[in-house]
Amino acid sequence: MRPDPNATAPPGAGTAGTAARPPGPARGRPRPAAPARTGRRGGATPWLYLAPALVVLAALLVYPVYQLGLISFLEYTQAQVSGGQPTTFQGLGNYRTLLGDPRFRDVLLATVLFAAACVLATLAVGCTLAVLLTRVRALPRTALMLASLGAWATPAVTGSTVWLFLFDPDLGPVNRVLSLGDFSWTYGQYSAFLLVLLEVVWCSYPFVMVTVYAGIRAIPEEVLEAAALDGASSWRTWRSVMAPMLRPILVVVTIQSVIWDFKVFTQIYVMTGGGGIAGQNLVLNVYAYQKAFASSQYSLGSAVGVVMLLILLAVTLVYLRLLRRQGEDI
Amino acid sequence: MNLIARIAAPAAALALAGLAATACAPATSSGASQGDGKTGTLRVWLFREVGNAPKEKAVDAAVAGFVEAHEGVDVRVEYIPVETRAERIKAAFNDPESAPDVIEYGNTDTAGYVEDGGLADVTAEFEAWDEAADTDPAARQSVTVDGRVHGAPLFVGARALYYRTDVFADLGIEPPGTQDELVSTAKRIRAARPELYGIAVGGANTYGALPFIWAHGGGIAELRDGVWTSVIDSPASRKGIAAYAALFGEDNCPAATCAAMGGNATITAFAAGKAAMVIGGDFSRRAVEAGEAGGRYAVVPLPGVREGEIAPAFAGGNNLGVLRSTGHRTLAVDLMKRLAGKETQAALFEAMGFLPTFTDVRAAAVGKEPFAAPFIETLGSGSRFVPATPAWGQIDASLVLPRMFQEVVSGRKDVRTAASDAARTMDAAFAAAG
Repeated sequence: MRPDPNATAPPGAGTAGTAARPPGPARGRPRPAAPARTGRRGGATPWLYLAPALVVLAALLVYPVYQLGLISFLEYTQAQVSGGQPTTFQGLGNYRTLLGDPRFRDVLLATVLFAAACVLATLAVGCTLAVLLTRVRALPRTALMLASLGAWATPAVTGSTVWLFLFDPDLGPVNRVLSLGDFSWTYGQYSAFLLVLLEVVWCSYPFVMVTVYAGIRAIPEEVLEAAALDGASSWRTWRSVMAPMLRPILVVVTIQSVIWDFKVFTQIYVMTGGGGIAGQNLVLNVYAYQKAFASSQYSLGSAVGVVMLLILLAVTLVYLRLLRRQGEDI
Repeated sequence: MNLIARIAAPAAALALAGLAATACAPATSSGASQGDGKTGTLRVWLFREVGNAPKEKAVDAAVAGFVEAHEGVDVRVEYIPVETRAERIKAAFNDPESAPDVIEYGNTDTAGYVEDGGLADVTAEFEAWDEAADTDPAARQSVTVDGRVHGAPLFVGARALYYRTDVFADLGIEPPGTQDELVSTAKRIRAARPELYGIAVGGANTYGALPFIWAHGGGIAELRDGVWTSVIDSPASRKGIAAYAALFGEDNCPAATCAAMGGNATITAFAAGKAAMVIGGDFSRRAVEAGEAGGRYAVVPLPGVREGEIAPAFAGGNNLGVLRSTGHRTLAVDLMKRLAGKETQAALFEAMGFLPTFTDVRAAAVGKEPFAAPFIETLGSGSRFVPATPAWGQIDASLVLPRMFQEVVSGRKDVRTAASDAARTMDAAFAAAG
């Protein structure tokens, strides 16, 4: 599910980047005259070189998104697919249905809050452990690395099932250790979300940790040494030295985490049995699945998908924009 | 300001790409019949049951008879996994070229499949079929949509009350005769044996909960002037919901564990010896036999509100249908009649314990297998079916009723609010389905 950690620009961030900066003369901060000079002269040649990539992108990205958008404007259920009923154009009807549905608004709010909590927790744990990695000896470092990679490599379904077992009211070791009796973690809305959050953090912090660790290693020793000589605390070093120098990397892992946690499906689906008691733990992706596949309302499911796409695009663009204003060039 | 311009360019490019691809609208199958061939190969999809061999044997016998009677006709039977049947059957509707001619399907799917345009209307052939006269009315209703018949019932399933004979004997109690007794018996067992649920119930076990609503005179929805209207929030229905919800709690089945359980989870709990009673189907027998409770249980009909009454059961089960896209309509209907006929149903009952849909075949079955008696008695006292509208499939899949029960048993909403919310959702679905 996760991209190769060594790739500097993961697909999600990459496409958002291109969307934010269309080809053409550079704009924004003033630049030396060089780009302006070469700007128009290339003619078709750059496009020729870009063509293979664009064709692949169009086939794998643009076309599905186009279909998603198209279906979201139609009445398209199983009856239309198998030819029992004619396909009709609904305009914004599906979106009106969705936005008029208080349940959808609840799910949307829950998803945003849950994703935000997951992103913050993942980044906090990932960065802390990355700093820790640079402080410990080889053996504990290897152990931590291996443990993290193990968590990373575990398939989401397996991880979720194991966590569910750990927190099982009857047989789970966690309840026994904390002497919680037969407390059911999946019964309450918050405890169920907390349980899922723990699993999500567990399987996604390694990506943050490894990436940030690589970034820290690339910071020149002298800078950190200077900070240490000045008597800076660990927190201070992180805040004033490492974090600013790691900003490009942090941006990438943040966007990655936002996209990934906003789209979380497996953990919720497996751990709360498809959305929890009375649907209390539904997130958008599971909700879309329920609409699109379980009840074959493909058009409503597509509309949910489009809404998710727009939200993610907006979040990414605004985030990049904010960074740009601060003078960072990502 | 610049942001807008920046988004606009790629957005325009996307839209242009979209226009270029307009030819590729989402696919729609024609689904129409491809003629009425009198020779060739007929394909049949049946569900693969746990321990499928006896079913195959009974089916093979019926198929052999069919092939013998028709010159130049071959029949290929495939057993498809139950878990993926929805995808398989949807795919068959979408692609008539590779679709079978006859399929087995769950009877709650009838209206949806008809709406999808997948099943052929066989009203004329069904009416003309001499055996059809003995079909149980509830089973007949399960193949009927808007007065048109779209298949033949293959078997019915019914639920009744399983109880642990050893626990009841130890405590010196009798199986309950009314729903009030059911509640008091369950609580008494839980008080005496705190490690057991009195009766294992599940917030997501819709078909175990519906008999309580029906027994109190309530229902899911009614057809009024050609329009389905939800009655789940009627006073009678609310009484039934409250009666079922009363079984959740520390004194019987704690909501923290039981609210999330579905039908299978309650059966598993009973089979594992963790419950003294459970509402189970005739099809649950194998699971119970294989568990801790095996050999230490008996079954009685689920009691109604008053002494001597039986709570109406949900008439679940499977039907056979002919696909609208078949190229051998006459042959396929003949094959369907043979596979769902009295002879095959009697054989399937012996092989698999599937309850026959013909009243006379069913009556004969009780004599051979006493285990089936409480289920057949339950069916005989009147069984119910889900609303025969395409909206039902969607209501079922969006978990409207489980959510309502879960909201009540977990105390998130009172019965009135939960029921009227569910009624509103259902009415919206009925309206959308027309």
